[in-house]
Amino acid sequence: MSINRKLQYSLAINEALHQMMAVNDSVFLMGQGVKSPWYVGNTARGLLEKFGNGRVIDTPVSENSITGAGVGAAIAGMRPIIVHPRMDFMLYAMDPIINEAANWYYMNGGRVSVPVVIWGIINRGGEQAAQHSQALHSIFSHVPGLKVVMPSTPYDAKGLMIAAIEDDNPVVFIDDRWLYGIEDFVPEEIYIVEIGKGIIRKEGSDITLVSISFMAHQALEAANRLAEENIHVEVIDLRSAKPIDTEIIIDSLKKTGFLVVLDGGWKTCGFSSEVAAIVAEKGYQYLRGPIRRITLPDCPAPASSVLEKAYYPNSDNIVANIKSYLENFHR
Amino acid sequence: MGYSRELLANLYRTMVRIRFCEESLVKPILKGEIICPCHLYSGQEAVAAGICESLNEKDYVFGTHRSHGHFLAMGGAMRDLLAEIFTRETGCSRGRGGSMHLIDPGKGIMGAAPIVAGTISLAMGAALASNLRGEKRVAVSFFGDGAAGEGVLYECLNFAALKKLPLVFVCENNFYSTHMPIQECRVNGDIYKIAEPFSVKSSKVDGNDVLKVYEAGKEAIEFCRKGEGPVFLECKTYRFRGHVGPDDNIQGTHTDIRPREEVESWLKKDPITRFEKYLLENNLLSEKLLDGIKKEISDEVEESIEFAKNSPYPEAKELTRYVYK
Repeated sequence: MSINRKLQYSLAINEALHQMMAVNDSVFLMGQGVKSPWYVGNTARGLLEKFGNGRVIDTPVSENSITGAGVGAAIAGMRPIIVHPRMDFMLYAMDPIINEAANWYYMNGGRVSVPVVIWGIINRGGEQAAQHSQALHSIFSHVPGLKVVMPSTPYDAKGLMIAAIEDDNPVVFIDDRWLYGIEDFVPEEIYIVEIGKGIIRKEGSDITLVSISFMAHQALEAANRLAEENIHVEVIDLRSAKPIDTEIIIDSLKKTGFLVVLDGGWKTCGFSSEVAAIVAEKGYQYLRGPIRRITLPDCPAPASSVLEKAYYPNSDNIVANIKSYLENFHR
Repeated sequence: MGYSRELLANLYRTMVRIRFCEESLVKPILKGEIICPCHLYSGQEAVAAGICESLNEKDYVFGTHRSHGHFLAMGGAMRDLLAEIFTRETGCSRGRGGSMHLIDPGKGIMGAAPIVAGTISLAMGAALASNLRGEKRVAVSFFGDGAAGEGVLYECLNFAALKKLPLVFVCENNFYSTHMPIQECRVNGDIYKIAEPFSVKSSKVDGNDVLKVYEAGKEAIEFCRKGEGPVFLECKTYRFRGHVGPDDNIQGTHTDIRPREEVESWLKKDPITRFEKYLLENNLLSEKLLDGIKKEISDEVEESIEFAKNSPYPEAKELTRYVYK
């Protein structure tokens, strides 16, 4: 075990795949572009050479049937990982994911579970517009039977990928190309990050900022800047969009009394709505002000860089938003 | 020719077992004892019986909304099936699935689902799993003519051919996609031809002739076991009852779908009476033996219905059990 080894986010996923395929013959990777870095970055580096095209299966553009095949293989005892290099295209696979995988265990009375990982990559920015930019985690989080994980660090990417592969239920693993270059410490051994457990990225006593995935980095950056102005933000990275770690949010609220939810998805019926609803139900007595949400506007992703800049929340507008919030409500 | 008596009796028994079981549901449905929608398999028995005869419990069968017949033909217990249709805790899916979600992994019955064409890709995945593990297991996907309208079927034909998967596509063409006759769904009524451009071996079979289905199924399954799959079979057949429930969908009745003459002409091609006639005329099996089978099945149906009706319902407090494992 090396303590000081740093790894890129994408290579942390790569290491998880290498290790899990090596220890478990049932694990295989299938999807469009698994042998092409253009599609999947370096997450699949060396897999084809090591495990062959039987277990690293590049496919035609057939999201529905390929995802269904992953579900069927899982029903037949395998542990497939099905990758969608752009999660916009994953919409073609809603039937096998929702109708089949999510419902299978329940509607068959617990006779057979579906240990499949559906991996969707959010791949936005760069003027790619509405159909090459979408973050659709909230849609999957709505569905009983699915788990949804969204790691923000290399450590969590490896640990949650391994947890997803080992889980007996269908897990939607969502990452973001904006995270791929991030480097951090990653243990060499196999380990898991528990699905459904959030983490406090920065402690603070003035306000709780709940985030997930790429937005956790924006949250931390904003919190560090606000610390210079003596505003102490507690940053929570939920890591799983389903199940949500309710306890970590409520415990933080007991301390701060104020909640801002930050999400890289849309506002209506989204991840931020769910966090807000949980707090309204279970933590209202700790609230000392209204809940604020910072999300994408309810608007498709634009192409023009000028519009893109206005579309995605960044630390500048998070800082401004939190300051105005505290001026209004903090006593 | 040269079929063993055992094989002939098996085929006959399976068909009678399906028919008697299906027909036993008519009264309970009409009386409201069964609430769950039932898509009866009566009339199509030769397909399930003929195909499944060449499969074993290590193979993988995936079905549809109309899969009571597949379940029984693979050797599923009639008690488990009927208890599920009555949505009892003792059913094969513990009353959580009902008539359209039938499963018994120990018998190779991997599940059924009513999303049209929704399980074809699952069967393909099971075939892929068999290949990856270097096994000789074959997957069979049963689906109806309506599924030929869904894009995923064509994706599967392509991918299964590309990877030479041990998958038998079995299209049960009963000429109606719920209410819509096939000529209103497609220009070419010969569905097996859709497999040709994918270089998938395909053929059309008289789905009311159990021996023809058996021959075609056996050959297709053997091909797949030898690694020469996939294969596509179109079995032309006819459901004696409506899309759902016991109504016969005759024109002029309140469901008003099929011409009376058409239904009557197919009733004359009943796969069971046809096979019975063949067996007796050729002195292959005795009337006594066939009567014995019918008696044995009648008893099984009676016993299974009793079992189902007397079984407990799932408990309300267990509502959310089985959402996650």
